[in-house]
Amino acid sequence: MKQKTMFEKIWDAHVVRSEEGKPAILYIDMHLVHEVTSAQAFDGLRMTGRKVHRPNLTVATMDHNVPTTDRSAPIKDRISKKQMDVLAANCKEFGIPLFDLHHTLQGVVHIIGPELGLSQPGMTIVCGDSHTATHGAMGALAFGIGTSEVEHVLATQCLQQLKPKTMRIDVQGSLPTGVTAKDMILSIIGKIGTDGATGYAVEYTGEAIRNLSMEGRMTVCNMSIEAGARAGMIAPDETTFAYLKGKLYAPKGSDWDEAVNKWKMLGTDPSAEFDTTVEIDVSKLEPYVTWGTNPGQVAPISGRVPDPETFANETDRKAAKAALEYMGLIPGTPINEVKVDRVFIGSCTNGRIEDLRAASKIVKGRMVAPNVNAIVVPGSGEVKRQAEAEGLDKIFIAAGLEWREAGCSMCLGMNPDILQPGERCASTSNRNFEGRQGKGGRTHLVSPEMAAAAAITGHLTDVRQF
Amino acid sequence: MEPFVKITGIVAPLDRANVDTDQIIPKQFLKRVERTGFGEFLFYDWRYQSDGKTPNPDFVLNFPQYTSASILVAAKNFGSGSSREHAPWALMDYGFRVILAPSFADIFYNNCFKNGLLPIKLPEETIRTIMDNAANQRGYELTIDLENKRIMDKNGFVIEFDMDPFRRYCLLNGLDDIGLTLQYSDDIAAYESKRPSWMCGISI
Ligand code: SF4
Repeated sequence: MKQKTMFEKIWDAHVVRSEEGKPAILYIDMHLVHEVTSAQAFDGLRMTGRKVHRPNLTVATMDHNVPTTDRSAPIKDRISKKQMDVLAANCKEFGIPLFDLHHTLQGVVHIIGPELGLSQPGMTIVCGDSHTATHGAMGALAFGIGTSEVEHVLATQCLQQLKPKTMRIDVQGSLPTGVTAKDMILSIIGKIGTDGATGYAVEYTGEAIRNLSMEGRMTVCNMSIEAGARAGMIAPDETTFAYLKGKLYAPKGSDWDEAVNKWKMLGTDPSAEFDTTVEIDVSKLEPYVTWGTNPGQVAPISGRVPDPETFANETDRKAAKAALEYMGLIPGTPINEVKVDRVFIGSCTNGRIEDLRAASKIVKGRMVAPNVNAIVVPGSGEVKRQAEAEGLDKIFIAAGLEWREAGCSMCLGMNPDILQPGERCASTSNRNFEGRQGKGGRTHLVSPEMAAAAAITGHLTDVRQF
Repeated sequence: MEPFVKITGIVAPLDRANVDTDQIIPKQFLKRVERTGFGEFLFYDWRYQSDGKTPNPDFVLNFPQYTSASILVAAKNFGSGSSREHAPWALMDYGFRVILAPSFADIFYNNCFKNGLLPIKLPEETIRTIMDNAANQRGYELTIDLENKRIMDKNGFVIEFDMDPFRRYCLLNGLDDIGLTLQYSDDIAAYESKRPSWMCGISI
C-alpha cells in the first residue's frame, strides 16, 4: 500500500468528490464560529435563502470582543455588544449551539475546542480564524478560513480546497529547563521566516515534540500560521488519548475504544514522503523574545537588538529598520535591558491551565515591579475555574497581577484591554504586528514564564535566573 | 460575484514586505456586521495621523497621483496574519481590483478570489520593475488581462502570469462556489451516511 503522511490520510478520508483540475470537495467534521468573522456569512445565507446544512457540527462562542472584567455589568462598547447580539440571534435562527458570554464553558474558541473534546484526532476542523491550526495538536487537519468559506461550510458542511504541500518540521533533542514550547515555535519561525511554510501543511515530529504535553503541542501548532503554514499538526499518541478521555464531547464507552483504534492508525507511515523537511535541535535552545513587528524577528534572551545593516537582503534590512523605529529600540541594546510597562498572560497560544501554573510558579511570593501593570486572562471559563481550584488566582493577585474573566483580551485589543501608544508589553500571545495590542503599542512575544519574570523585574528577563 | 475579465488602471506602489491584515484593516473596524464600507478604514494607522482624521502626507496612497489607483503592487508575503476577510473587502471597497506581489499569505490569497479581487504572484525582479515604474512615472498604468493571463503597459512591457485554472475560470465567470458545491449534494449525503455516529455533532 502507498505510504502516506498523516495529512494525506486525513485529507483522503474527507474527500467527498474530486475531479481533475478542480479543487477537492472536502467534508468538514467540526466548524467553530466566533462573533467577529461570522455575521456576514449568516447574512449571505439569508440573502440566498440557504439553510445551515448540519447545525450541530458547528459550535459558536464569543471571545474576541468580550470584556474580561465584571461580566454582570452591562457591556459599554455598543458595537461590540451588537456583534455579540447578532451572533446569538444567528445561532438561534439557524439552530447552532452557542457558548455565550455567560455560559460556564465560554472561552477562546481554540481553547474550548480541545478542552471540551470537540476537536478530535483525524477530524477536519475549520474556523474563521487563522489560529485554527491549534487543533492540529490533537492530530487533526485544522485550518483557518475566511468569512465566505464560513458561509460555504454552513451551507454545505464542505469546502472546496486545493491540496497544500506537506512539510515536516522535525524537532530533536530535549528542551533545557526554563525553555518552553513557545520558545521552540518562536525559534522555528525565526529560522524559516514568516512565509517559510506558506502553501504547506506542517507536521511536527521528533523527540522534543513527543515529550510536550498537549498544552505545549497546542502552543506549537497555534503559531504555525505565523510561519505562513495553512495547518500544523502532531500525530496523536498516548498523551493525546489521555488528554481526551472523559472530555465532555469525546466519544464514550465502546465508541471510545473504536475511536482510539482508528486514531492509532493516523500517524505518518514510516517511509511516507514530505515535500520538504526542516530539522532543528532544541537541546541548546534559550528562551526567545521577539524584538520586531513580525513573529520571525526573534532573538534569544541573551542576545542583543540586531543592527538592520547586518541583514542579508534589502527587503529584510528595510523591514528591520522600520520595525526598530516602531518598537523604539536601538541596535546593540541587550535584550534583557528592555523595560516593559505591561504584561499580558493569556490568549489561545498560552492561556491554558499549564501556562497559568508555570507563570504562577515564577510570581509566587514575589511582587510585580512598581511601574508594571500585569494581567492574567484565562483562555476559558473552564481554565479559570481550574486555576481557582488550585489557588493560582490568589498567587497572582498577591503578587500584584490582575485576574480576569476568559477571552481574547489584549491579544488583539478588540475589547477594552489595550496598550496605549508607546507602551511596551511582554505578551504570551502570538502576534507582535504594529498596533496589534493597541495603536502605537509595542509587543514582545514571550513564554508565560518569561512574561511572569518580566512582570517581576520590569524588564525582559531570563527566567532561568529565577 | 462580479466577473473579472480585464482592467486598466493606475498602479500604486506599497514598498513594504509582510503587510499584515492587521495593517490592512485594524481590528477596531472588525466590529461592523456588514461586508461594505470598510474602504475608508483601509491602512488606517498608516493613512491617517494620530488624530485618526488628518491624512498622513507621507503615506503613498495619500499622494495625489495614486488617489484613483486600482492596482496595488507590494513586496513579499502580502496579507499575512489574521484570516479576516475584511482585508479584501477593504481593499475592494477602496477601489483596488488587483494586487501584485512576489508572494501572498494563503488565507488572504484564498479570500481574494471569493470576492473578485485578483491577487497575482510575480517574480521579485518583475515586482521591482513595476514598483519603480509606478514610483517614477506619474500616472503609470497597467492592463491586467485575466483571460490571456497577461500584464502590459503602454510602453511595450508585457509579461504572462500563472494562475490556477479553476480559480481563473471562477473569476472570469463570477461563479458562486457554494452553488457549485450544492450541485453535489448527493455525494455529500453519501459521504455523511458513512460517518461514525460519535461524530454526529452536539447540542447544548
Ligand atoms: S486569543 Fe488572539 S489569536 Fe487567539 S483567537 Fe483570540 S484574538 Fe485570535
